[in-house]
Amino acid sequence: MRKMNRHQVVVFSLGILLIFSIIISIRFGRYPIPGKELLGILLSKFYPIEKFWPEQVEIVLLNIRLPRILLACLVGCCLSAAGAAYQGVFQNPMAAPDVLGASQGAAFGAALAILCYRNSTFITFSAFFFSLLTVALVFLISQRARGKTILALVLSGIMISSLFSAATSFIKLVADPTDQLPAITYWLMGSLAGAKFSDILFSIIPMSLGLIPLLLLRWRLNVLTLGDDEAKTMGVNARKIRLLVIICATFVTAASVSVSGMIGWVGLIIPHLARKLVGNNFNQLMPAAMLLGAIFLLFVDNFSRNLFTTEIPLGILTAFIGAPFFIYLITRKGESF
Amino acid sequence: MSIEIANLSFSYGDRLILDGISFVAKDKELLSILGPNGTGKSTLFRCILGLLSKYKGQALLNGMDIRDFRIQEMAQVIAYIPQSHYPSFNYSVFDMVLMGTTVQVSTISSPGIKQRKLAESALERLGIPHLKQRGYTQISGGERQLVLMARALVQEAKILILDEPTANLDFGNQIRVLTQIKSLAKEGYTIIQSTHNPDQTFLFSDRVMAMKDGKVLALGTPSDVLTPELIQQLYGIEVELQSLYEDKARVCIPKSIIEDDYQQFCS
Repeated sequence: MRKMNRHQVVVFSLGILLIFSIIISIRFGRYPIPGKELLGILLSKFYPIEKFWPEQVEIVLLNIRLPRILLACLVGCCLSAAGAAYQGVFQNPMAAPDVLGASQGAAFGAALAILCYRNSTFITFSAFFFSLLTVALVFLISQRARGKTILALVLSGIMISSLFSAATSFIKLVADPTDQLPAITYWLMGSLAGAKFSDILFSIIPMSLGLIPLLLLRWRLNVLTLGDDEAKTMGVNARKIRLLVIICATFVTAASVSVSGMIGWVGLIIPHLARKLVGNNFNQLMPAAMLLGAIFLLFVDNFSRNLFTTEIPLGILTAFIGAPFFIYLITRKGESF
Repeated sequence: MSIEIANLSFSYGDRLILDGISFVAKDKELLSILGPNGTGKSTLFRCILGLLSKYKGQALLNGMDIRDFRIQEMAQVIAYIPQSHYPSFNYSVFDMVLMGTTVQVSTISSPGIKQRKLAESALERLGIPHLKQRGYTQISGGERQLVLMARALVQEAKILILDEPTANLDFGNQIRVLTQIKSLAKEGYTIIQSTHNPDQTFLFSDRVMAMKDGKVLALGTPSDVLTPELIQQLYGIEVELQSLYEDKARVCIPKSIIEDDYQQFCS
C-alpha cells in the first residue's frame, strides 16, 4: 500500500475528530447524559439490555438530541461540499452555495408555505422544491444569454436571487404579524431546533444523490478549474461535467437549506479553511471540506443550544463566527489566494 | 500524424478572422506560425483543437475531419500548451502535470500509480524535477511554461500545439523553452507553434508559415521564407537581414535605427 501523504493524514484525522465531536456533543445539553447511560441506550438497540436509565433520558437522546446532531453534521457537510464544488466550476474562490439562488429560492418556498399552510413537512418540501426551481430558472436564463457561460450563470443567479428575495419580503409584508411573520423570520435566520428523524429521512436521499457524485468527480473538478478550453484539450467534456456538478451541488444545497433554513458563511469559509489545510487538489479538498463542515456546524449548533437558555439561531452564530474568521484568513500573512 | 487544413475560413460575426488558410503539417516536423498579434493564429489553433467548429473549409487530422473527433479522442492525438498562465487556484506543480493524464482514467476515478510515474518522468525529461512540490503560481513564467509542456507530454499525444510559448519570458527562458521544443521535435513529436519573433523562427523551426490578417503569406523553410520583404509585409518595418555563421542564424535589424545612427556619425 502506498504511504499516505501529509494531506491524506489530515483528512483521516478530520474523520476521527468528527467521531469524537459527535460523542462529546451527545453528552452536552440541558439534560447531560452520562457516558454509561449513553452506551447502554445505544447498545440496547442491538442487544437486549435491562434498562438502568430513566425513560426520559432515552427520549431526549433518541428523539431530540441525536437527530439534531446528525442533521447538523449532514447540513454542514453538504453546504461546504457545495461551496467547494461551486468554487471549482466557477473558477472563483468567492463562490458560495447560494451563488445560483438556491437559498433565496428556498426562503421564498418556506415563506410561501408558512403563509398558506403551516405544517413543518410541507414547509420543508416547499423550500426544497422552490430551491431547485430557482436554480433551474437561473440555468435556463443563462443558456439564452450571449457571451461567457460562467459570467451569464453568475449574473442570472444574482438577478433571480434578488427577485425571489423581493418576493419573500412581500410575503413578510402581508403575513400575519402575530404568528406567521415571526415564524418566517425565525426560519430565515436558520436553525436546527426541533430537528426530527423525519427531517433526516427527507433530506438524506437528495443529499447522498449529490454528495456521492461530487466525491467521485473530484479529480475532474481539478481540471475544470483551468477553464473550459484547457479542460477540453485534456479530454474533459467541460460543459457536461460542469452541468453535472452544478446539479449535484444544487441538490445538496436545496436539501440542506430546506431542513435548516438560511445558514450563511459555512459554504464559503469552510472550503477556504480546508484549502489552507490540504491545498487546492479536490482529491483531498472535497473530503476535507465535507468533514470540516460537519465538525464546524456541529460545534456552532452546540453553542446555539447550550450557550444561553434561549436558543440563538444558527445563521446568526455562523455569521458572527464566520465573518471575523474570514477577515483573519484573507489578511493573514503568508500564502495568498 | 498529420494535420491538413484546406481553405479554412472563420469569422466572429461579420469580422473575418481566418481567410482561406491552407497548409499541411507533416509528420514529425516543427512548424512555426509567424505573424503579428491579432492576426488569427490563436483562432486557427482553436479550430485545429476542435474548440471552434463553425468554420468553413476543411480541417483533417490523420485524414479524418476534426469535427468528427470526440473530446477524449482528440486529447489522445493533440495536446495543447497554452501561454503560461495564472489559474484561479494554486496547485502543486506535480498535480498540474498529473492533470495531463486525465484522459487516461475513467470519469469517476483519479490518476493512479502508472500516471504518477509518467508525471515524474516528464518532470525529469524537462529538467524540472526539483519543482515537483512547489506551487504552480509561485514559480517563474519560464518554469510554468516547462510545467505546461510536461503536462502535455504525459497526455501521450503525438501532436503538440503551442500558443506563443515564449511570450512574456525573459531571454534566457525563451531559449531554454525553445531548445526543449526543438529536442521534442527530434524525438518524433509533430509540433506547431506560434510566435512573433522572426529571429527565433529561423533558429527553431523546420518550416515557417507567415500569416497576416487571416491569410497565409508564405510557407516554406526558414531560409526561403524569411526575407526583408516578408518582414516588412508582416510588421510594416523595414529591416536588414544579417546572415551569421554561414546562414545558421539570421538576425533582423530595423533599418531606421541603423540609418539614424549612421547619419549622426557622418555629421
